[in-house]
Amino acid sequence: MPLFRFRGGAKVAGRKDLTSDRGIVTPPLPPVLHIPLQQHVGNPAVPAVRVGEHVVKGQLIADAKGTISAPVHAPTSGHVTRIGAHTAPHPSGLPVMTLSLEPDGKETWIRLPEPLDLQVATGAQIAQRVAEAGVVGMGGAAFPAAVKLNQGQRYRLDLLILNGAECEPYLTCDDRLMRERPEQLIAGIRIMMQALAVERAVIAVEDNKHISFTILREACAGDPGIDTVYVPARYPMGSSKHLVKAVTGREAPATGLTAEMGVIVHNVATAFAVYEAVALGKPLISRIVTVSGKALRRPENYDALIGTPVSWLVQQSGGLASEPRQVLMGGPMMGEPLPNLDVPITKGTTGVLFLEGTEVADKNVMPCIGCGSCVTVCPSGLLPLEMAKMLQHEDIDGADRIGLRDCISCGSCNYVCPSHIPLVQFFNYGKGRLRNQDQEKKQHERIKILTEQRRQRLEDGTATAPSTPGMNERNDGASER
Amino acid sequence: MSNTPPMSGPYMRKNKSVQRSMLLVMLALSPATAFGFLAYGWPAILLFMVTLGSALVFEVLCLLVAGRTVRHFATDGSALVTAWLLAVSLPPWAPWWIGVLGSAVAIVIAKHAYGGLGQNVFNPAMVARVVLLISFPLEMTYFVRPAPPWDAAAPGFIESLGIFFGNAVFDATSSATVLNSIRTGLDQGTQLHALLDGHYAPLDWILGLHGGSMAEGSDILLLLGGVFLIANRVMRWHIPVSFLAALAVIATLFNLYDDTRHPDALVHLFNGTTMLAAFFIATDPVTSPMSPKGQIWFGIGLAALVYAIRTWAAYPEGMSFAILLMNALTPLIDRHMKPRIFGRNTRGESLNLVDRQ
Repeated sequence: MPLFRFRGGAKVAGRKDLTSDRGIVTPPLPPVLHIPLQQHVGNPAVPAVRVGEHVVKGQLIADAKGTISAPVHAPTSGHVTRIGAHTAPHPSGLPVMTLSLEPDGKETWIRLPEPLDLQVATGAQIAQRVAEAGVVGMGGAAFPAAVKLNQGQRYRLDLLILNGAECEPYLTCDDRLMRERPEQLIAGIRIMMQALAVERAVIAVEDNKHISFTILREACAGDPGIDTVYVPARYPMGSSKHLVKAVTGREAPATGLTAEMGVIVHNVATAFAVYEAVALGKPLISRIVTVSGKALRRPENYDALIGTPVSWLVQQSGGLASEPRQVLMGGPMMGEPLPNLDVPITKGTTGVLFLEGTEVADKNVMPCIGCGSCVTVCPSGLLPLEMAKMLQHEDIDGADRIGLRDCISCGSCNYVCPSHIPLVQFFNYGKGRLRNQDQEKKQHERIKILTEQRRQRLEDGTATAPSTPGMNERNDGASER
Repeated sequence: MSNTPPMSGPYMRKNKSVQRSMLLVMLALSPATAFGFLAYGWPAILLFMVTLGSALVFEVLCLLVAGRTVRHFATDGSALVTAWLLAVSLPPWAPWWIGVLGSAVAIVIAKHAYGGLGQNVFNPAMVARVVLLISFPLEMTYFVRPAPPWDAAAPGFIESLGIFFGNAVFDATSSATVLNSIRTGLDQGTQLHALLDGHYAPLDWILGLHGGSMAEGSDILLLLGGVFLIANRVMRWHIPVSFLAALAVIATLFNLYDDTRHPDALVHLFNGTTMLAAFFIATDPVTSPMSPKGQIWFGIGLAALVYAIRTWAAYPEGMSFAILLMNALTPLIDRHMKPRIFGRNTRGESLNLVDRQ
């Protein structure tokens, strides 16, 4: 299959050999699970159980709220000991609503729903089952998978790409999944193809994962619709728009979706979760997570229950060999520092890294020497050094004009900068400011509409009461327009 | 937990630093410089050392005045690279004060007056060279024939000190550079063929067996140094390749048009500062464009200017002027040579999907 290039991208040291040969291990049940109610993009789930209640494995414990949301299920049987604030796996260390569960050790399963009959199941039915199972994008984005599986109804799709690039250094969770569970993975892909009504699927694997590639190639040999393809190991190959460009040559519009071009991208781990949800009726209650880094005694890939505290996995890995310089959730390129080791594994956790001083970036910042490395490497075609200079001077609009919104925060520029300038830090700051500006603008517009409506009403001499139900409806309509 | 205050990733970095780049540049310059030492003896070595030494002193003084952390910045190697480039483009037997004055201009005026590392608009070494060339035309155009230490014509150490302090009249064979003699000869109405007769020796030029600045002679060593830097990703190929190619094309075209007045491409490529500039001066990251496309245009523009100055202006070697002019154009080039944003057309509009289906 011919491959296409996208501009930029960096050759990043993989450091995957720490765990790439470590098979998936199921750790013993932890003494307590902390299950956040928001592990996905969208609205947080609403608790469906009460403190003290006994739940069984796979039971719904929190309901989705709205279309962009995902339900949460009990990862094992036990008692709900607490529903309240717990530190979120987020650098802010701010708390989120979290359900704490004390396992009873019996692992009693709920009666699972009947598997869908794929001979007759419609796309909508499959998507609904995936939604009910609480499946989200497992590459880290954690966007509800069902929403993306429903795209078949809105766009005419012709290709499903399975993202097995795993371009982040250290991470091998997808690699191990592809090696150890190829049949289930491919069954999941077929289900996705049926839901999306596409005839063709391509599994894209970076060319540093030969074993995975060979195993998958053999596993899908009998299936004319599914193909495997090597993509070059070039960061950020796993970015969906860049992966689509590499595999199909089609470039998605900056303000649009790849679905508009007929292509949809799902992570390989999501395909596996879809298989479990649809073919077995199992909700998403565990995931494979890479626990690695040189500060850890025994790096491993764990099949961990959602809610397992990071500290439990560290214990299973023989503890820390040295005081880590940096503890991260996710990969070292786009991952985020962990506030402490009590935070749980969530549906979107690809890895937890314990990095030694020698593995961490040098923070000795020098002035920009204008070498242009960041410009060459930027996969979005931006001028990182220009944007950073503008943001340094609080010129948010200037940075916006030259493409701040097109920055995917992949960190390639930061990675190659010889002056060690914290470029991504600037960009994230700028994006935050832009979000606030946008919100303020929206608010202003809304106020303008309301004022106009009020003036109209006074002129008409009708009701002057500031708030009636009927008026609220009208306002909602206005603000949506 | 020993996490530092939250700072966005990435938490890994390529093994690159400003310091490392500067060290590699100096390493790449070493062979050609050593060749220069060999060719021009003690006076060249002394001039080189006083230029670099005084540059470091000026750097530290400027950092102190600016209130910056001296240890952090003075050790980045940038002052040494600047002084090194200045020294090797000076006439090898120039007196000591030429080197010191040059360093002062380069470091104090051309670098720190603009705000220090990364802020200067013009290449500091070239600013210094131009200032010296205009102020001291005699000292700056006194070139000697290469004479290795074992040659009878080479000065001894004591004589070298005399040359270095500028008060001894050592009887050296002063030797006009090839570009210089072509220039003067043509101005006097001599035909190019007559001028080059017996002086057309491309192999000697490439090896560096002809008079010139301290280390601009050995084209082959400079070329190897440049290739080393490109291979180690300290710089990219765009500027050297576009510059040398454009210069060759321009020279060839004019040579074909009128070969009684316009020397061929070999004369332009292997004489004067061409190679040194192509790999070490024009590629200065601070003062050259940042996008690959912009760098290619920078190289082409530089070639055109160099050729024009060498051919029609008052100076036989126009490299330093051409570099400064292109430095001035760099912000403009950067403005117009932006890469296309992913998912957008060159005008910055989001790609249109109507073409599909």
